[in-house]
Amino acid sequence: MIGGGSAGLAAAIVIKKAGLDVLILERDRELGGITLQCIHNGFGIHEFKEELTGPEFVQRFINEALDLGVKYKLDTMVIKVTKEKIVYAINNTDGMLEIKAKAIILAMGCRERTRGSINMPGFRPAGIYTAGQAQRFVNVEGYLPGRSYVILGSGDIGMIMARRLTWEGCKVKAVVEIQPYVSGLIRNQVQCLEDYDIPLITSYTITRIHGRHRVKGVTISKVDRKFDRIIGTDRFIECDTLLLSVGLIPENELTQNAGADISLNGGPVVDNNLETTIDGIFACGNVLQVHDLVDLVVAEAKRAGLNAVEYVNERYEKPFETKELIKCIAGANVNYVKPDHFNKSDQANDIIFSFRVKRPDRRILIQFKDQNNKVIFKRKRRYVIPSEMIELNLNLKELEIPQDCKSLEVEVIPQPEVLIDNT
Amino acid sequence: MIYDIIIIGGGVTGCTIARTLSKYDLNICLLEKEADIASGTTKANSGVVHAGYAADRKYIKRNLCIQGNKLYTQAHEELNFPFRRIGSFVVALEDIQIGELEEKRKKGLQDGVPDLELILDKEKIKQMEPNLTDKVVGVLHAPSAGIVSPYEMTHALAENAAMNGVKFFRNQEVIKIRHQEYVFTVKTGEGEFQSNNLINAAGLYASRISKMLGLDYFDIMPRKGQYILFDRNMLHLNKILFPSPTKVSKGILVCPTVHGNTFVGPNAQNIVDLDDLSTTTAGLKEILEGGMKLIPNLPVRSSIRNFAGLRAVPDTMDFIIDNTDVYGFINVAGILSPGLTSCFAIAERVEEFLELLGVEMKVKDDYNPIRPKPERFTNFTREELDKKIKKDPLWARIVCRCETIPEREIINAIHAPVGATTVDGVKFRCRPGMGRCQGGFCRPRVMEILSRELNIPMEEITKRGEDTNIVVGKTKDFILRKLEQEGR
Repeated sequence: MIGGGSAGLAAAIVIKKAGLDVLILERDRELGGITLQCIHNGFGIHEFKEELTGPEFVQRFINEALDLGVKYKLDTMVIKVTKEKIVYAINNTDGMLEIKAKAIILAMGCRERTRGSINMPGFRPAGIYTAGQAQRFVNVEGYLPGRSYVILGSGDIGMIMARRLTWEGCKVKAVVEIQPYVSGLIRNQVQCLEDYDIPLITSYTITRIHGRHRVKGVTISKVDRKFDRIIGTDRFIECDTLLLSVGLIPENELTQNAGADISLNGGPVVDNNLETTIDGIFACGNVLQVHDLVDLVVAEAKRAGLNAVEYVNERYEKPFETKELIKCIAGANVNYVKPDHFNKSDQANDIIFSFRVKRPDRRILIQFKDQNNKVIFKRKRRYVIPSEMIELNLNLKELEIPQDCKSLEVEVIPQPEVLIDNT
Repeated sequence: MIYDIIIIGGGVTGCTIARTLSKYDLNICLLEKEADIASGTTKANSGVVHAGYAADRKYIKRNLCIQGNKLYTQAHEELNFPFRRIGSFVVALEDIQIGELEEKRKKGLQDGVPDLELILDKEKIKQMEPNLTDKVVGVLHAPSAGIVSPYEMTHALAENAAMNGVKFFRNQEVIKIRHQEYVFTVKTGEGEFQSNNLINAAGLYASRISKMLGLDYFDIMPRKGQYILFDRNMLHLNKILFPSPTKVSKGILVCPTVHGNTFVGPNAQNIVDLDDLSTTTAGLKEILEGGMKLIPNLPVRSSIRNFAGLRAVPDTMDFIIDNTDVYGFINVAGILSPGLTSCFAIAERVEEFLELLGVEMKVKDDYNPIRPKPERFTNFTREELDKKIKKDPLWARIVCRCETIPEREIINAIHAPVGATTVDGVKFRCRPGMGRCQGGFCRPRVMEILSRELNIPMEEITKRGEDTNIVVGKTKDFILRKLEQEGR
């Protein structure tokens, strides 16, 4: 298990329970991952039917793993994973480790987009942090990165930090969002910004960072539909710190170096068993796709764990059966679809499709089409927004997929206008 | 005490001079305005060691560049900084540019630039550089051109100079210079330094320093160049790629770095403000468009940082290396491109000047030109690493995940001669924070290590010196202070 965060712990627990030997490799000093720095509430509503903080939530998994005797190594950095399922890792008690596994689960999580990755121009003073980095400083290290803030991007961590810093007596001047809508969860917009009168400025972005040593302020400008600055709309906001909450990227350098295919969303290409393009290497949690809630990460990790158990018990080193794969394609208004492909022979099982839309819409139709544009499945929805991942649990047998089906295109389109509604 | 020589400026020019002179039995010190050496132009340039065909024959920088290029071989062996002679292409996209390249080739060969060749066979060109645009019609290939990490080289120079007795003083902005009875008294923000000879290698500020001694015969104008750096392993280039040159600069190049990244830049914009290092939307767009003319599949989405550097452009357009009318005062100013290439040749020129000034140049018995190669985790073999870790577990404690930097390398960078005292100081010596997450994960731990090793509180750790603190206080500080003020 590469990574001892929520995903790694949840998957390790189901594997251990199935009677297999599992080892977690964690690069930080303790188990728990990023959830440890999320000291706000809102965790566990799906998983435990109660509301917990991040550390409370993940501690339950840590306790269970410890009770079950799951093995783990801390401060252990995985350097390399190979196709032959050998893991090279390093720590200061064992030195260089070379571990052969029957199956590997990738649960490395994600990292934040930085200023460089969005190519933000301006000076490069001290006082610019990603929201998660500021969260670590405040909640784990016990330091305040600044006094007055502007937050770029209305991602969840950004909004949560806006509230957290307000509690610390800091001033959050504004949350600036380039899209015309908030990019995190609505509940965070209400509970973290509106309840504290923190202005959310949409359709604006930061066009200049001021200050040569420490941040002195930012210029924000309104943008048009192509995100180009509209001249004459510049506003200066004084602040000493800029936080960026502009998106998360699955952390897949190990996956890539192992030789697994990576899909456009940044996560590995997986089938309906969450198995990557390398036999016996699975992926789950934010390394596969960025989730809205840790509860959903845990659910996905359990599936990966069970599939890995099945692989070790039934498929490991067995002659390779020819797979017939049906590709999943992101169609209209769909950003990406997981799984990237699925086994036709697995049709008896339920398949969980998860995807995100590119832009919000109301009164829509989710539609699956095969390569001949034959509609195989459709479902109506009242609304869709990019910040909410859509999950559909489908039994393909019931769907009656045509014999010659090679691909499924998932699209989210407006519902056809009904002139006379008989219902 | 009165030094034999004071050098003002801790960029690549000043540090090369310091290191070159450190072999003599002289008392030398170097004064740097910023919190660390290699903080100005040295930190933000293309890191290209030019072959030397580019500059006009009327300039001294042409010959210094050609000589300087050759001197890199020995310097690299002695100082162990990252440097590779990978060769450069000047890319012609139109037939009309071929004549110009042929002219450069002919003159270059005459002046001693080795192995210049004009390649017109498109297939051969694409074989040598598969990512190059299909529109290429010919290239001027200069095999002696190379890539170097300019700041790591400067740190290597400073370390070696310090090992051989040169004193380095940082955070010393020169505010006044007096020259009386053949003694220079240099007043800085923090103290006074005296010497018999004074070398001005103050980069962008060189004309200000010169004016302090009444020498008002040149001006330095900053010319900004912006860059975008891309993640490692996204694009593999074999060669440094220049477009056919324009009057103001060598154009926007696409170039690999010694660490496996690729960068695109710089553009050229004349400005007036000596510390305007800001990047601009228009500038970044310009360099991306420029780079895509050479490499159409530039990995635009995997940029990890953009930055700007300032060239110190003299009004003469050529290096100003003068034994001035003020006895003992040497100007080494206007060191624009190819200054990095020329630095070793420039330092030799300074040696000659000092000899003319009657400075006794006796080589020290214990002079050691070797700066040992810094031990790097990523350079070790498996066996070496196992041995290292057994002896010292800090080799296995990885602090920077993107670049795989263990705690030991960071501690070594802090305790090296002229070592790191800031977060950027650590970053530019051993790379934590240079990778794709830009310090997102390692910054708190680098701060912790700095705080422990240098015995300074976390709140006083800075990014790069005064007024660049990274944290401003402990949690609850503001709340408690507020409560106190309210008398609760």
